Amino acid sequence: MDMQNLLLMRDEIVLTAILLLMLVAEIIIPQKHKKSLVHFGLILFLIYTIQSFFPQNTGELFGGSYKTYALAHFFKAVLAVGVMTILLQSVEWIEQKLLPYDFTAEFFILIFSSLLGLNFMISAGDFLMFYLGLELSTMPIIALSAFDFYNHRSVEAGIKYVMLASVSSAILLFGVSLIYATTGSIYFEAISGAMHLPLLEIIGLIMIFIGIGFKISLVPFHFWAADVYEGAPTVISNYLSVISKGAAVYVLMTLLFVTFTAFQKEWDYIMYGIAILTMFIGNLFALRQKNMKRFLAFSSVAQAGFILLALLSHDELGVKAIIFFLLIYIFSNVAAFGVVHLISLKAGTENMDDYNGLYQTNPRLSLILMIALFSLAGIPPVAGFFAKFFLYSAAASKGYYLLVFIAVVNVTISLYYYLLPVRAAFLRKSENPIPSIKSDFYSKISFIFIMVGLLVLGLYSGVLEYISQMSNIF
Amino acid sequence: MIEGVSLFEILSLTTILFFIGVYGFLTRTNLIAMLMSLELMVNAEAVNFVAINKYLSPAILQGQVFSLFIIALAAAETALALAIILHLYRLTENIDVKEVKQLKY
Repeated sequence: MDMQNLLLMRDEIVLTAILLLMLVAEIIIPQKHKKSLVHFGLILFLIYTIQSFFPQNTGELFGGSYKTYALAHFFKAVLAVGVMTILLQSVEWIEQKLLPYDFTAEFFILIFSSLLGLNFMISAGDFLMFYLGLELSTMPIIALSAFDFYNHRSVEAGIKYVMLASVSSAILLFGVSLIYATTGSIYFEAISGAMHLPLLEIIGLIMIFIGIGFKISLVPFHFWAADVYEGAPTVISNYLSVISKGAAVYVLMTLLFVTFTAFQKEWDYIMYGIAILTMFIGNLFALRQKNMKRFLAFSSVAQAGFILLALLSHDELGVKAIIFFLLIYIFSNVAAFGVVHLISLKAGTENMDDYNGLYQTNPRLSLILMIALFSLAGIPPVAGFFAKFFLYSAAASKGYYLLVFIAVVNVTISLYYYLLPVRAAFLRKSENPIPSIKSDFYSKISFIFIMVGLLVLGLYSGVLEYISQMSNIF
Repeated sequence: MIEGVSLFEILSLTTILFFIGVYGFLTRTNLIAMLMSLELMVNAEAVNFVAINKYLSPAILQGQVFSLFIIALAAAETALALAIILHLYRLTENIDVKEVKQLKY
C-alpha cells in the first residue's frame, strides 16, 4: 500500500485532521479569545466540505475492509453539506449556551467524530468496519444529546438514547455473529457469495435489520425518536433526524441491494409490512402533537416509511429514487428544524399554539417554514414532490400498486398536519405573537442556501441525471 | 477448541446468556442493573465470535479480532452510560427508570 492508495480515504483523513486541529486549537487559544474557536471550527469544516466535492479515485483498502466508489463519495459530500448548514444554524446557540461553560471545542469535536463514523460506515466493506463506524457515529451523539447539562429533559433524552442504542447495537452484533457462523466470513463480498439461507441466517439478517431499523426509526423501533428529539438540543435533533438517519438508510440500501441479494424474497415481505406500519403510525401520532420538535420527530418517522417503498425495488431506479429523496429530505428537514431552533432559542417556545400570528411579526421565517413543510409534504412546485414521485415510481415499477395507494393515502393524512403550523403562522391571529426575531449572519446564510437549494432541485433536473449516472452500484 | 465440547453446546450457552441479558434489560428498573444486563448481552457475542472462529474457520482470525473490538467498544459504551447516569443522579437523586418520565407521548 503506497501513499496514492491511502488517498482513497481522503474524506476520512481530512476529517480526522481537522478533528485533531480542533483539539490542538482548544489548548493553544487563550481563554479570552475562546470565541474565535467557533469561527475556526466553521472554517475547518468549510474546507472539508469543499474538498469533498473534488473527484476521487475508486478502489478498496485494507484487503477489502474499506471501499469507495462514486455514489458513496457523492453521498459523503451531501452529508458534509447537511452538517455544514446545521453548524451554521447552531453558531448562536453555541455562543449563548456553550461558550460560558467553555465547551465549544468539545461540541465541534463530537460532531466531527460522529460524521467520521458515518463516513466509515458508508464505505465499510466488512462487518467490523461497519460496526466500528456505527458505534463511532452513535456515541458522540449520545453525549451531545445530554449536552444541555442542567436541563432534566436533555439528560433524560441522553439516558433513553444510550440505553436503547446499546441494546440495538447488541442485537445487531448477535445477528452478525450468526451470519459469521453460517458463512464463515465477515467480509460483505464473501458473505454474499456464501449465502444459502438456513433458518439461522434469516434470524441473523432480521437481527441486523433491527439494529439498522433502530437508527432509521422504523416503526417497531421508533419509540426513542420522539423523546430524544424533544429532549436533546434542537441542533442535535436536527443532526439525528437528517444526517444519521440518511446515512443509515444508505447503508441499509447497499446491504440489501448488493450484499444480501439472496434474501430478497423474505426481505420484501418484511419491508412491505414495516413500510405500511411506519407510514401509518408516524402520521397518526404526528397528528396529535403540540410540541414542534415532537411533531417533526413523528413526521421524520413517517418519511422513513416512504423511503422503504423504494427499497422494495432492487434496481438502479430504486437507488436513484432513494438518493434523490434523501438529498431533498436533508434540505427540507434542516430548514424546518432550523426555524424551530431559531424560535426556541430567541422566543423560548416550542409549542405550536405560540406560532399563531407568526407571519405578522416574522414574515420571512414563516415563509421558510412554509416552503420546508410543503417540501416535506410533497406539494408540487417545491422539490419534495419530485422526490416522492420517484419513490412511488420505483415501487410501482415492481408492481406494488396497493402499497403505492396506501402511501398516497398517507400523504393525504400528512398534508393535514403539515398544514397545521402553516395555518397557525399565516391565518391565526394572536394577542401576543412571537416578537420579531433578528437572526444572525450565519443562520441567514444557511437559510438562503437551503431555500435556493430546494427551489433549484425542484426545477432543475441536472442533479437527478448526475445521480442516475452513478447509481449502478451492483 | 475444547475436547468433548461441541460448537452446538457453546452456542446454546451464549444464546441463553444473551436472552438472560434481554430479560434482565426488560424487567429491571434500576439503570445500573439494566447496564449489567447489557454487558451480559455483549459478552455473549464476544464468546460467540471466538467460539465460531475456533471451531469453524480456525485459519483466519477474523472472529477473534472482532471480539477484541467488541470488548473495547462495550467498555466505552458503559463509561458513557455511567457518566450520564451519574449526571441524572446528581439532578434527581434517583436512578430508577420509572422516575425518568418527563418526556412522554
